Amino acid sequence: MSLARVSDVVATSVSARRSRAIAPTSGRRPWTFYVLAILFTLYLLALYGPMACIYILSLQDLRGGLVFPIKGLSLHWFVDLFTQVRTGDVQGSFERSFKLALVVTVLTVVVSFLAGLGFRKRFAGDTVVFYMMIGSLVAPGLVLGIGVGLIFNAVGIDASLFTSALGAQLSWTLPFGVLVMFAVMSRFDHAWEEAARDLGASPWQTIRLVVIPVLAPGIVAVALFGFTLSYDEFARTLQTAGSLNTLPLEIWSMTLNITSPALYALGTVTTIVSFLVIGASLGTIAFMQKRREARAPGQQGGAA
Amino acid sequence: MNLGKGHIEIAGVAKSYDGFTYAVHGVNLKIPDGAYCCILGPSGCGKTTILRMVAGHEDPTVGEILIGGENVVGLPPVERRTAMMFQSYALFPHLTVRDNIAFALRVRGLSKTERYAKTDAMIEKVRMTEFSDRLPAQLSGGQQQRVALARAAITEPRVLLLDEPLSALDEHLRIRMRAELRRMQRELGITFVHVTHTQLEAIALADMVVVMENGKIKQSGPAREIYAAPKDRYVAEFLGGQNVLSGKVGKINGTRAMIASPEIAGIQIPMHAGARLEAGQAIDIAVRRDDVELFREDTALSDQDMASVPATILGIEYQGNFVKVMLDAAGEAEFVAYVPERRFFENPFKVGDSVLAAWLIDRAHLLA
Repeated sequence: MSLARVSDVVATSVSARRSRAIAPTSGRRPWTFYVLAILFTLYLLALYGPMACIYILSLQDLRGGLVFPIKGLSLHWFVDLFTQVRTGDVQGSFERSFKLALVVTVLTVVVSFLAGLGFRKRFAGDTVVFYMMIGSLVAPGLVLGIGVGLIFNAVGIDASLFTSALGAQLSWTLPFGVLVMFAVMSRFDHAWEEAARDLGASPWQTIRLVVIPVLAPGIVAVALFGFTLSYDEFARTLQTAGSLNTLPLEIWSMTLNITSPALYALGTVTTIVSFLVIGASLGTIAFMQKRREARAPGQQGGAA
Repeated sequence: MNLGKGHIEIAGVAKSYDGFTYAVHGVNLKIPDGAYCCILGPSGCGKTTILRMVAGHEDPTVGEILIGGENVVGLPPVERRTAMMFQSYALFPHLTVRDNIAFALRVRGLSKTERYAKTDAMIEKVRMTEFSDRLPAQLSGGQQQRVALARAAITEPRVLLLDEPLSALDEHLRIRMRAELRRMQRELGITFVHVTHTQLEAIALADMVVVMENGKIKQSGPAREIYAAPKDRYVAEFLGGQNVLSGKVGKINGTRAMIASPEIAGIQIPMHAGARLEAGQAIDIAVRRDDVELFREDTALSDQDMASVPATILGIEYQGNFVKVMLDAAGEAEFVAYVPERRFFENPFKVGDSVLAAWLIDRAHLLA
């Protein structure tokens, strides 16, 4: 039997088994399917409904207000967002947030990766380190931010983005990154490292040629977490950002004094940036997998 | 000393991970150059620890390990010129078959063309050429094993260490792949040390079988010797194929001794040259399952050279070329007769039948 035919047979038998499992009686779906489908739709509505309201309201024209009903349909408020200075320093705060998020991402990835390597083996005080990390994760952000602000004030250093705010954000992104790294590492087979050593690789070669490539998708995930957590951060940054606002802080202050749909346009734009980052990360992971497959054509299975 | 380069000597080796309990203890073993050696034992007996110490992934707590006459303790695997094939093969999931095999050459700094030229020859050797661009996840178990073997062999080691190499395969493939292992060993002409808990695998493959229990070597020698002449009850029972009977020595009568224990009273055992037995001594004897013949209980055994015990048939399993008859005999937990298929069906027994289980006295084997 040819390879293709074997895989055909396997595929059909699998799909036959699947359809049997879902619909035991002649193709008709059970009533539970419809109940669960409705439940799931409601769940999606609850998740995305509030955000969708903002996106929809941001597309109004000049007559638009802050509440429904919608008045007209245009990109007026997006133009307004980028032309009017009085709406606030959107561009500046966006650039600051983006740069800060990049620094946070790099630090989070490096520290999480090293922590992941370190925690492969037990060491003296490892539980203490772990619980201290979790402690920083669950600490109330606003209080933590105020504390950091107070310390900087007491020591006499001015709070600023790349000192106090960076530290406060790392207290949140690092434990998160390390936890994700643990999950990634748990699927890492230590025999791979041993095999590399057996074949003559130095510890550094083992990390470069085996550990990092195998863990790459997980490392991208850690980077994604680091970036989005920092880019969104509000509570810990509020008292630590100093004189220049990050984007979330800027939006928050705008809600206090702007009463036009430009606010919603801003929400839409920032969401688009978030989705672009997530899309880029997932795209990177998909690309890495694609490239592996491209180097390895041919289908699954085959004779022994 | 004129030792071959793949000659292994393990001298007085013990290994303890915690300083109190020993994973292996007092191990002395010599494996000749170019031999296929199987280390056999149940899980947790220390066989993998020995393998990992030879491979250079563990250091012995005490003792020396010599390969080709030089002490290799403390040397990394590359300098020992050993290679290990891991239990789950540990193929790098992100590398293709070719890059997996070329890995050792890559870390040695060979250029891409150089290493691929060498690698492709090795891929050819394990008959994986058409799969050389695949990832490990796209291979079957048997193919993965071949890649693992090629990856280990490309370093031109003098010793190849295999940790339960067949345990990840299904029964059918296991038998095929073990023949391939043997073929590769002959082609490479190097020492193979293969750890397994399957006795059939060990005796089918090995020039030399080492049986272990609780961190110690129980017996080592050629496969046939281990199977046919086990040293003690443990080895006999682990290798299988033997019925082990316990008893006390009664009257000694020239070349034969009489057993005096109640369950097997009247059984005679051979006294080979050098065997020293005294009346009252507790002994174990082994009788091969295929040496046991079954007779109807009313048969009068006239042959003076036969020993027999009464038994009840507990179960019958048809095995194709023979029939496995499980008996309740001699007070032993297990007593089995392998009856040739044709002979059995000339006059078949039923479960529950009372029979005489008999064997030629001289075929019985005295255990330590």
